[in-house]
Amino acid sequence: MDKSKGIFVALVFMALALYPFVGGGGYGIDIVTKIMIYAILALSLELLVGTTGLVCFGQAAFFGIGAYAAVLFSGEQGAASILWLLPASMLAAAVYALAVGALSLRTRGVYFIMVTLAFAQMAYFVVHDTPLGGGTDGIYLYFRPTLGEKLKFDEPLVMYLFSLGTLVFVFGFLTVLLNSRFGRALAGIRVNEQRMRGTGFTTYPYKLAAFVISGGLAGLGGALFAIKDGFVNPELMSWHLSGAALMMIILGGLGHLRGALIGAFAFLLLQEFFKAEAIFGEFAKHWHLGMGIVIIAAVAVLPRGLVGLPEVLRKRLAGSGGGESRIGGLKSAQGGAK
Amino acid sequence: MDLTTFLIQCLNAFQYGLLLFLVASGLTLIFGIMGVINLAHGSFYMIGAYLAYALAPVVASAIGGGFFATLLVGVVLSVVFGYLLEWAFYSYLYERDHLQQVLMTYGLILVFEELRSLLVGDNVYSVEIPQVLAGSIPLSEVMTYPTYRLFVSAICLVLVGAMFWVFARTRLGMMIRAGASNREMVQSLGIDISFLYRVVFAAGFALAAFAGMVAAPVSTVYPGMGGEVLIICFVVVVIGGIGSIQGALVAALLIGFVDTFGKVLVPGAAGVMVYLAMALILLWKPDGLFKAG
Repeated sequence: MDKSKGIFVALVFMALALYPFVGGGGYGIDIVTKIMIYAILALSLELLVGTTGLVCFGQAAFFGIGAYAAVLFSGEQGAASILWLLPASMLAAAVYALAVGALSLRTRGVYFIMVTLAFAQMAYFVVHDTPLGGGTDGIYLYFRPTLGEKLKFDEPLVMYLFSLGTLVFVFGFLTVLLNSRFGRALAGIRVNEQRMRGTGFTTYPYKLAAFVISGGLAGLGGALFAIKDGFVNPELMSWHLSGAALMMIILGGLGHLRGALIGAFAFLLLQEFFKAEAIFGEFAKHWHLGMGIVIIAAVAVLPRGLVGLPEVLRKRLAGSGGGESRIGGLKSAQGGAK
Repeated sequence: MDLTTFLIQCLNAFQYGLLLFLVASGLTLIFGIMGVINLAHGSFYMIGAYLAYALAPVVASAIGGGFFATLLVGVVLSVVFGYLLEWAFYSYLYERDHLQQVLMTYGLILVFEELRSLLVGDNVYSVEIPQVLAGSIPLSEVMTYPTYRLFVSAICLVLVGAMFWVFARTRLGMMIRAGASNREMVQSLGIDISFLYRVVFAAGFALAAFAGMVAAPVSTVYPGMGGEVLIICFVVVVIGGIGSIQGALVAALLIGFVDTFGKVLVPGAAGVMVYLAMALILLWKPDGLFKAG
């Protein structure tokens, strides 16, 4: 079983690597680059929500801080090297995550959701209302960074491949992390924090470390986003983006890294599909409607998210009553929230 | 700030807080009793506001109209709609994980917003203040206060009183409280818990829609109003302590005052004040002010 999942992920990454060379046009490359960057954000959130059971509703703040840091650090003098720009942006997001995590991990469940939202909203209003972030208009990136002499990030293809590389790196990093002792401890905290304490783990530092890593990875995604668009505005930190990231990983299926990947692609491709005027004509501007209906239907028939789709199909084909009996099978993902 | 301005701001804060409470009380009940995180609650408020706008001409041509007739029709409609909505979408969410509920109700927000856009359009509308309440009351030589705002506060206060009475003194209230603490036990005593849930949900819907309807003449009716209210109401629910009606009342008034005076005293950072207050309160009391127990 495990092997087939590994093969699935490898195939997805290979298909992504081939895409620009087999018929991916300029528009397609742009969209897929965007989706891959959001997939990094979704993966960072999966580490908190799916693995550790900490539902963070402020992930966009880390993403946004990474993006703003990338723009502010690269300055107006000339192109920066991506080799220091990305780590510096990640560090900025991670430092903020350290402060937010240290405070908000005092609360749990739904209260934790709301405290993380509160801190994200504060960050939003700081860039929104102060001259530091250029206000509502945002700020432009004067020079896109470079890697060595040859690789310039103005090239969509370079941007695409670099984003893909980063996505693969993040996915691999998280896979290794989750299989380490640290990752096992996080999973234990999700399932039963009380018992983890009973076995002698001080859980707070583990949760804080997960929070900081997650923030840093989200910042990495944000920095890439800023470099891709060459422009940042406060909307990157709005709760809508935090919400969308949550929707991606829930839709994909919590508790699996590939769920975040599948969820990000499904969510954003659905958006593109319903926005397509070629298919829906005039009605395309009401794309939320189709999106909403698909989401409601997905919840109704796929209690475990898209990751559970093969299982549901198998049951249907075998004629054993379908997925109804599985309702409520994922109670554990949300520890202690009431 | 002189005394009259201060008084006016207090009245504004009070009125805003009470309106917030009407929306947040339904949210906290649905949350505390049925265990459903209802992201679509802000949409109920939006639906109410748009009902006030869209029903007015219909009601006027059918029975001669008037703001109060519109209100009545709107409340009846929203009770029915809430009842049906619970039956169609929410009744099978109770067994599910919280995050599945979040995803589903998010889907509902999208659907409601687009239906609103299809049926009424994306413009900003204003709703007329009823003739009787259009005047204002003098507070000092130069300052006056609009009668309609006082009316909103008054009617909200009546509703708050009625709600606490139902909750604490009636058989229905007793059943609701019992249902919150032990679903199975209440069922085995022969009470139809699904019906009870449906009633609570319909009431929560109607309260939010009612708040939207009475707020419409003051705040205008615009797309996106649901999202703003939703987030602020979650703040209220969480500060008050999830599932606690008293907590929601205290928190709603607190947020009303923090927001109103934040805008007056520190206009540059007005947006942050509410969230700052929430963060501070939760760091002080991680389970909210009134923990429901």
